[in-house]
Amino acid sequence: MTAHLTISQAGPAMSLQDLGRPGYRAQGLTIGGAADTTAIHEGAALLGQSTSHAAIEMAGQGGSFTASADMRIALTGAEMAASVDGETLVWNASHLLPAGATLQLGGTRNGTYGYLHVGGGFATPTVMGSRASHLAGGIGGLLNAGDILPIGPDKGTEVAVTLPKGDRFGGGKLRFVASMQTASFSEDSFDRFTQTAFRRDARANRMGIRMDFDGEGFNTAGQLSIVSEVVVPGDIQISGDGAPYVLMFECQTTGGYPRIGSVLPCDLPRAAQAQTGAPLTFEFLEMDAAVAVQNRYLADLKSLKSRVTPLVRDPARIRDLLSYQLISGVVSASTNPFEKGQKP
Amino acid sequence: MTDWPQIRTVGLSGILVTFAAAMNEPANRAALALRAAIDTQDWPEVTETSTSLVSTFLAVDLATTPVEAMEERLEDILKSRDWLAAPLPQGRTLWHVPTLYGTDLAPQLEEAAQVAGVDPDAAIKELSTSRVRVLTIGFAPGQPYMGELSETWNIPRQTGLTKSVPPGALIIAIKQLIIFTNAAPTGWRHIGQTAFKNFRPDQPNPFSLSPGDELVFPSIDRATFDKLGASDTNGGASSEVLT
Repeated sequence: MTAHLTISQAGPAMSLQDLGRPGYRAQGLTIGGAADTTAIHEGAALLGQSTSHAAIEMAGQGGSFTASADMRIALTGAEMAASVDGETLVWNASHLLPAGATLQLGGTRNGTYGYLHVGGGFATPTVMGSRASHLAGGIGGLLNAGDILPIGPDKGTEVAVTLPKGDRFGGGKLRFVASMQTASFSEDSFDRFTQTAFRRDARANRMGIRMDFDGEGFNTAGQLSIVSEVVVPGDIQISGDGAPYVLMFECQTTGGYPRIGSVLPCDLPRAAQAQTGAPLTFEFLEMDAAVAVQNRYLADLKSLKSRVTPLVRDPARIRDLLSYQLISGVVSASTNPFEKGQKP
Repeated sequence: MTDWPQIRTVGLSGILVTFAAAMNEPANRAALALRAAIDTQDWPEVTETSTSLVSTFLAVDLATTPVEAMEERLEDILKSRDWLAAPLPQGRTLWHVPTLYGTDLAPQLEEAAQVAGVDPDAAIKELSTSRVRVLTIGFAPGQPYMGELSETWNIPRQTGLTKSVPPGALIIAIKQLIIFTNAAPTGWRHIGQTAFKNFRPDQPNPFSLSPGDELVFPSIDRATFDKLGASDTNGGASSEVLT
């Protein structure tokens, strides 16, 4: 019998996401996948498994999940109130979810997207090589209460490990490079763009994020009539009303609005996680500097596993303290450590 | 001396070769031919390729691949032949897609005809016999931009947006037609309704159309349209091999 996770209560925008479905751009389908790709890498590092596994992405609000068997879980992305049968769980860490226990995840506190990973990954059928729901493209859909998700075989055993909390929450600086139509913007418009204090607009989803701001828009000089052209995630599109949109992984493959630049892939998780109203600014980088910054990020992702540390539990917060074996591993002064057969 | 083709970077995600400032036939064929040529080269740095109306896109991770070397190789390929004289790709298909023009299911046929300066019957007669080609696939999965229609149909987008047209909607603007993949808002006019599906993710070949395919949209009545949903084929469409 395959282990499974039952969703007994679902937030309004939960879906299965992995690192997306590359290779179909020519046929009009963008890569899609998790809005915060860093979180997918963190989940994989915490559970000691491949980054190819899908996780449950939860926008704004979590849900309740019941395990059919003992399973390992990891919680990453925007922090949510998390508990198992009333006991609080630490975020950005892995835990054991015992058979029959119910995991409760509340609203996001410091960002937009929280992620629930399981050891072995979700074993739902793949569509065109991925388990990610592409909501705009019509693949898969939102998760609902009553859904039962099968879990793959888990080769790992380690739980109660954690990663340092990322600094990508609450908005901040998004670094970008020039793109196709950057030169079509006047110097004044471009400078004003890099100096403007933006706020993440409420109009935002997995396709793109609108930037709210005070003052006039950032239209190109004259009425630019550009031919509809390729769009990539990160592109900063200036829409008809002069407001910038940062396009995300579920954007269309082509678009007719001018792009003032393109946000570096390493800063897209920060764009995704900014909550409504969070402050955002744009910093222009020359190509060489951008390449260096992006490569540092890629190296950081690779080293995530080496930064996983055991979770130090605060005894004051453990409700059933007495049921824990607290002296395991402590060297005794009175026993002979070389004596075999001693029970721990 | 010419400004075209242009080679430009697209963020850190790839390189774009553009053959013209606006849609035209030779530039569209050039983009398709260059894509085919680059696919044949099988460069390890290129993770995927695609075309838009007049451009070829190479997905390349520019964080790990020096852009200058890629651009040099591209320039060599561009110099190797006259891309604007390239023929259409091989392996193309001609589709006949039954279409209900006008009625409450496609409520902007009359408006489009009026803007084009023809009466609705003449509009249906021309549109239902025009053969158009898939210029590019984009925006939504498998969604074709088809053209070019006669100059009569060089009509602008409407100023407002239609809140939503359904999947299979046939919409028109600027001498082009689109069959919509998913329900979505649009600035183009909804002149016909088909039961054709551009994208069937549960099928072995999920995408129905490829750039270079040609289509005709013969007119059918409401009773025939209502029976299409039950047919085994893709919205009653039939196809034949072109090349």
